[in-house]
This record gives sequence, C-alpha cells and structure tokens, in this order.
Amino acid sequence: MNAPNERSAELAGIGEARLRKEDARFIQGKGNYVDDIKLPGMLFLDVVRSPLAHARIKRIDTSKAKAIPGVLAVLTAEDLKPLKLHWMPTLAGDVQAVLADDKVCFQMQEVAVVVADDRYIAADGVEAVEVEYEELPALVDAKAALAPDAPVIREDIADRSEGAHGPRSHPNHIFTWEAGDRAAADAAFAAAEVTVAQDMLYPRVHPCPLETCGCVASFDPVRGELTTWMTSQAPHIVRTVVGLLSGLPESKIRIISPDIGGGFGNKVGVYPGYVCAIVASIVLGRPVKWIEDRIENISTTAFARDYHMSGELAATRDGRITGMRVKVIADHGAFNSHAQPTKWPAGLFSICSGSYDIPAAYARVDGVYTNKAPGGVAYRCSFRVTEAVYVIERLIDVLAQKLSIDKAEIRRRNFIHREQFPYTSAFGWQYDSGDYERGLQKVLEAVDYEALRAEQAAKRADPDCPTLMGIGICTFTEIVGAGPSKACDVLGVGMFDSCEIRVHPDGSAIARMGTINQGQGHPTTYAQIIATELGIPSDRITIEEGDTSTAPYGLGTYGSRSTPVGGAATAMAARKVHAKARKIAASLLEVGEADLEWEIDRFQVRGDPERAKTMKEIAWAAYQHAPSGEEHGLEASYYYDPPNFTYPFGSYLAVVDIDRATGETKVRRFYALDDCGTRINPMIIEGQIHGGLTEGFAVAMGQQMPFDAQGNLLGNTLMDYFLPTAVETPHWETDFTVTPSPHHPIGAKGVAESPHVGSIPCFSNAVADAFAHLGVTHLEMPHSAYRVWRQLHASGVAL
Amino acid sequence: MSTRTVTMSVNGEQRRAEVEDRTLLIHFLREQLNLTGPHIGCETSHCGACTVDLNGVSVKSCTVLAVQCEGAEVLTVEGLAEGGVLHAVQEGFHQQHGLQCGFCTPGMLVRSYRLLQDNPDPTEEEIRAGISGNLCRCTGYQNIVKAIQYAAKRLKEAQSVSA
Ligand code: FES
Ligand code: FES
Repeated sequence: MNAPNERSAELAGIGEARLRKEDARFIQGKGNYVDDIKLPGMLFLDVVRSPLAHARIKRIDTSKAKAIPGVLAVLTAEDLKPLKLHWMPTLAGDVQAVLADDKVCFQMQEVAVVVADDRYIAADGVEAVEVEYEELPALVDAKAALAPDAPVIREDIADRSEGAHGPRSHPNHIFTWEAGDRAAADAAFAAAEVTVAQDMLYPRVHPCPLETCGCVASFDPVRGELTTWMTSQAPHIVRTVVGLLSGLPESKIRIISPDIGGGFGNKVGVYPGYVCAIVASIVLGRPVKWIEDRIENISTTAFARDYHMSGELAATRDGRITGMRVKVIADHGAFNSHAQPTKWPAGLFSICSGSYDIPAAYARVDGVYTNKAPGGVAYRCSFRVTEAVYVIERLIDVLAQKLSIDKAEIRRRNFIHREQFPYTSAFGWQYDSGDYERGLQKVLEAVDYEALRAEQAAKRADPDCPTLMGIGICTFTEIVGAGPSKACDVLGVGMFDSCEIRVHPDGSAIARMGTINQGQGHPTTYAQIIATELGIPSDRITIEEGDTSTAPYGLGTYGSRSTPVGGAATAMAARKVHAKARKIAASLLEVGEADLEWEIDRFQVRGDPERAKTMKEIAWAAYQHAPSGEEHGLEASYYYDPPNFTYPFGSYLAVVDIDRATGETKVRRFYALDDCGTRINPMIIEGQIHGGLTEGFAVAMGQQMPFDAQGNLLGNTLMDYFLPTAVETPHWETDFTVTPSPHHPIGAKGVAESPHVGSIPCFSNAVADAFAHLGVTHLEMPHSAYRVWRQLHASGVAL
Repeated sequence: MSTRTVTMSVNGEQRRAEVEDRTLLIHFLREQLNLTGPHIGCETSHCGACTVDLNGVSVKSCTVLAVQCEGAEVLTVEGLAEGGVLHAVQEGFHQQHGLQCGFCTPGMLVRSYRLLQDNPDPTEEEIRAGISGNLCRCTGYQNIVKAIQYAAKRLKEAQSVSA
C-alpha cells in the first residue's frame, strides 16, 4: 500500500500544477474549431453589410447575385418576414433586426445574406447585391442622444414610453437604472469636508478573440432535427433561444460548442449570422457555414464598455471617504443586445464602491441608443465590473492627490477590514471574504514601495531627467460567479450551473458540465476537483462540455462563473457520488457507515486501516451487486444555485517610465497579487493572470473604437485595433494570498478576469501619477504615445 | 474562374491539385488538403494564426496564393512531429503552459520552429521579436517565451548527444 501523500500526489487534485490534458490536440494541429468542420454538401454564407451608419433602404436588387453560378440563395428581410425572423429578441429585453428592415442603424449592419457553394463564390455574391440607401443624419455622441432634436434611431419603438427596464423619456432612451441611497449620498456630500469629481470615458473596445465568431448549421429535413456547431460561450441558452425563434422543440435542437479560440465575452450573444445560417439550412436542407472575418468581428459582434462616467467622492480632510456618487451615460448602440443577467441593465456596476468602506453611495446609469453596433458585453470581466472598478480606483487617486495623501495610504484608510467580513456595502452587496491590507502590504514590500517613491521624488527634482516616472496602485474587488437565481436570470432561466459525473466500472470517470471551455483549462481543472473529492486520479477522469445533447443544462462560461458556479456543481456532484460510495463500502466491509473514515482514495474502517475499500474497488462493486436498497451504478448530477456571488480581489502595482520626448510609456514593472480563494491549479491560474494582464494592458494603452461624425468606425482591422505583440507586452510578476470563499464548497472564487479588471485602472493610475506633481489628475484611455505626448506638451514638460 | 494545377510538397508529401488562381494558400491547405492546423484570425497578415513554413521561411499563408507555391516545400504544424515523437517546440508549449485556447498555437509553433532553426540560442528579446508577427490573445506571451527557451535547450541537448 503506498503512502497517503504519494497517493495524494498521484491523484493530481486541487492545488497541483497539473499539465493540461487538452494540449495534445492543440499542439498537433488537431483542435476542432468551428471553421474546421466540414460536412458533405456544406454551403457557405456571407453577409451584405451597410456602408452607412444611418440610412433608409430604398431598394435591394439581388438579381445579379442570384445569377452567379454557385449562388443558391440571397435572403433579405423580406424573405425572413413570412417566418417572422426578420427581427429577434435580445437577451436584454429589446429586439434586434436580423436583416435590416427598412433602415440601417449602424455601419456594417446586416442587410442581406448570400448562400453559395463556397466562400469565394459567396463573397462574389455579396459584391453583386445592389442596395440603394438614403442617408440619414447619424447620432454618434451618446451624450447628445437625449437632446430634443436628436435623430430618432429606433423608429420601430419610438412611441413606446415603457421599455424592458422601466419608463423611457426619449425615443433614444433605453433605461434608467439606479442603485444605492441617493438621499444618504447627497447628505454625505452636503456635509463633506472635501469633495472631488472626475469625468472619465471608458471607451468602446472589442474583446477580439483570435478566432472570430461563426457557426455551421445543419438541418436534417427527414428527422426534423437541427444541429448547430457554434462558437458559443453559452450553448444551452442558445438552444433555448433557437427553440423560441424556430418553433422547434428543444429536444430536436442540438447546439455544440466545439473548441473555441478565445471568447472574452465576444461569444455570449446570439448574432444575426447564426440566425441566417440556421434559416438557410432549414430552407435549403443543406448544412450552411457562416464565419465572420476580422473586420466584421470588430465592427459588429459585441463590443464592450462605452461608459461615459462622472464620479464624485465626499471625504474627511484626513482622507476617509464618506460618500460616493456616480452617473453614467451608457452607449448601447442601435439595439439593446448587451449580454447581462436580464434584470440587470447595468450589470453589477454597483460594485463601484470597491474595496472601501463607504457609508453612503448612489449610482445611476442611463442607457441610450446611438448609430453604432449593438453589444455591451463583459469583456473578460463580470458584467460592468471593469467599469465599476475603474471609476472607484481612479477617483480614490484623485482624492489622494487633492489631499496630498500617499496613494497606498489612502487605500489603507478606507479598506473594508478583515474583521468586517461578511460585509454589506452601501449598494447592498454582501462581500463574502477579504483581507485587503495583507495583499497590499505584501505588494508594497515586494517592490520596495518607499524606495520607488524616493526615486520618483528624485527624478521629479531633476529637470533634465528624460522620463517621467509614475507609480500606479490598484486594490480592486470583483463580483463574479453570477449568480444566485433569486437575483440573476437570462430570459427567465436561473443562473445556476451543473455537473453530471459517472464513475465507470473500472473506476475511471466522465464528467459533463453546463459550462464551456475557451482556453481556461476546464478539462484539466474540473478533473482536479473531482480527483480530490473522489480519490480518482485526474488522468482517469474525462471532462466533456459544450454539447447540449449530452451535457446537463448550464448557463455557460463568462463573468468568471465557471469555478464559482460550475466548479461548485462539480464538487457537489462528486460529494453525492462519494456518499453513495460510502454506502457501498460499508456494505462491502460489513460495518456501519459511521465506522468508516475517508482517506484520500479509500474508505477504511476506523482503527483498522488494513480493512479498506478503494474507490476503484467500490466502482466495480457498484456495477456488480449494489447494496440492498440501492440502485446499481455510481453517478450523480448536481445543479448548483450559488447562495451568493464570490468577491475575488487583488493588489496591483505598476511602475512606468514616460519618455518626455516621444510620449511612449514603458512599463518597467508590474506586480500583480491576486486572491481568488482556494487555488485549484497554480500553473493555470498564473497563465490566466498573464493573459488578463496583457488584455488589460491592451485596453489601457491602445484599444479603442473611434467613430467619425457620420458613424464610420475608423479602426476595424488588426492594423488599427491594438492587440499587443510579444514585444510590447510587459513582463509580469505574480503573487497571491488565499482567502477562501466561505460559501463555496471548495472555497474558490474565480480568477481569470481579475487581472483584466484590476490592471486597467492600475495602468491609468500609473500614467496619471507620472503627471501628478504637475496638477494632472486624469488622462483618458487609451494612453497612446500620441495622447501622452500631448499631455507632456500641455504640462510644459516635453523634451 | 480560371484554374490550374499546382504541385507542392506538404509535410514531406507530394500533393497535386486543381486550384482557382485566386485560392489562398491557407484555404488550399485547410479546405483542399484538410490540414486544419493553420488557422485564420484576420486574413490581413497581422495575426499569424495562418503561419506555415514555405521553403524554409515563415509565411502568413493568408497572404500567399496557392499558385505561387508551385514546386515549393510547405511545412505545417501537422508535419512537426516525426515518427509519432513531438518536436521540442511542441513539448515546450505543453510543459511550459504556452497555450490556452490553442488557436494561435499552430502558427506559433511553426514560427518557433523556424526561429530556432535560424537562431538556435536566442535571447528573450530575440524570441519576443521573433514571434512578434504572431498574436496571442490568451497567454500574454510570457509562457510562450519560456516554451521556446525550453525547446532551444532541448534541441541543444539533442544535438550534443548526437555529436
Ligand atoms: S490569418 Fe493570416 S495573418 Fe491572420
Ligand atoms: S492561446 Fe489563445 S490565442 Fe494564443
């Protein structure tokens, strides 16, 4: 019998830096992404898009396109009308045109689709479709959306005074959402010794995973069954939506998310391309593939952010925050199709009091329509949490500067202290656990913060110093793992998640989940949870996700919900299996269940460890002769409805050197300490953090989607849209503390989004800090060399 | 659309096929030869997901016509392993967690392979510059750098053994 710690290591369970099981296929070119799927008779669909942001469609002539050999069909809104599919419901209680009906409301909007024998012919067909437009004035500036004379974007709902989230005050008004206690916050401001205010724009950006969106729809007219492979982060809810739209029973719809080349929020929604491919397959009786190209991806499928925020803090003279107010104009584009829990039009934005004990707070978000693409997804973050963290982490720096208090010190003065958890914020969130001082302290020591500040002071004193040095700190708290079904649903479906485990007779196992991997390492880490819970080596556990016909229903992977919700379901399903295994062991060993002890991979008789049954033996027995009163087999499923969200947190510190001649910002050092509770696989966590920091770096330093006054998107290729290469990407230093979540079965909180959420304000804080001695409190993102160079000139410090 | 016959060696195998003049190498590989390792991330030669080795040089196969490859030698990710044994770069990416979603990986691997052929002992800076034509949205590159360093070490060890 091998020693317990050897057995434990052999299992490669929770806490082990286990190498990834799924790598083998990817490193050999054997991944199975949606564009790799090839079916007999498959056709290709391509989309005719509007060159104008706002225009009436006068005429569409498809005859030339239809005449091209190899073009099988051209569909417009007129063709979808009899099927009532020219509009579709969105996840946010609005409707969206599948193909433009009478007018187009954003540049690159879907106007018609061409279905052809291959992608080249389909592209020829798109070229040949003639569309005549009458241009209308475009509304680009969200802040002007509610002006009395603003162009009306959505004529279809212009006269509706009630929207999905309450009254509407203007044809371009989508919703007004409020949180916190306005009167209490106003009172805090009235009584405040000091107040600060800062406007800031979180620009429109795009998640831009390396693989674009796409699908292969295959309708079998004989069986009446629809199978669709789709790059979806939420295949089960897509099945429900497709059922609603098509009238097919869900039992005849199978959505399969194959390998996904990154999601980051871009692959949550249901897009017109999917609907058109499905319709085309049903109409033509052949499989139809639609894959968007990069320009279509950036231009049309699910942008993120676009929050015009005005934040204020009230405080005492010694820097203790007494109140917070935030107002936001949220640019949702032409249709409200952001992907959030249905009841939360501004997501979880009211986490914006952050890591600080703020007694009174109020937030208001007004969503408006503009002539831009719809979306508003959570780009590597929980719903609107990035925006929330940005506003508080910027404001606290502005306050520190006003009061000449050190930026680490002001955070310490306002932290929610360890003994205050569980803590209820002024917005009503119940923070599960935290230890903010410890994390910040560890970071400050690791980088020798005092020395850095001394170096900065010396550099500021030297007029010839070629650089401005900035130190950015961010001590963020996230809210992830949506979510408790009493608070969160998508189209009425509660946001639980699920796991089903089957242990086979030989003691190996398969587990299927309602979540879906996009590179986060699910096939590796879920197996580790089961290994620890059940004593089965991870290498003998297969994880499957993404096929709605085999996996239990789940809400999918976004908003860092896989570990908090799916991981919890996994542990709970394993515990059900474990309970049955205990019964079988007791029967085999002829003792009472209470006389058994669990020891890594076996039950042994208390006080007589030689009498034991391993999980492998129990599995065999479960199929051989079940104990009386028990069914055969060894399996269980669990639908986990989380009692609360989880609240991962971290302390980040960036040191930047800005070239006074060129405005280029060099990240000298970036130190990221994360606390995600229990750590399942440190190697994967570190990888997720590197990736999230890099995406955060991209957002802070270069990403944006600029529009001209006509609503033309000025940067929709990878030439213009900043994705950092290995050369620009800084070197990352990572660290951690562990403060388990008290309500999660294994104490885990989720981690992959923290580095994105936390690093963006950290970079902005560092850049602003470089100018702090010059009276600058804020610079708008992205901090491109050009913008920083302009600030150098404005501040009179350019070389 | 006019077509012509092209002949090229792909992963050491002679392949002959009829292609349209306008067929891109990436589409030829993926759709006619069913080599779906190389991916399409942009079609504008920015992302590098489609990187293959063409006559000993890394190229973005979305920006090469199949007809330009007449008589050429093409290597894709599918041809890196030999006799069922993974190439050192493949092993390195696995060992050092140099991939997440895996979409950039085939291009990264083929690029890394060529980088190490050209420069068997690269510095970190040379590695970063050497893979700067290949974008990765998931890893932040740090572990990819480590993976390539791992492979460089492996290849050197193998060489000293054979020498
Ligand atoms: S697809 Fe060729 S470089 Fe992006
Ligand atoms: S691993 Fe996903 S793009 Fe590189």
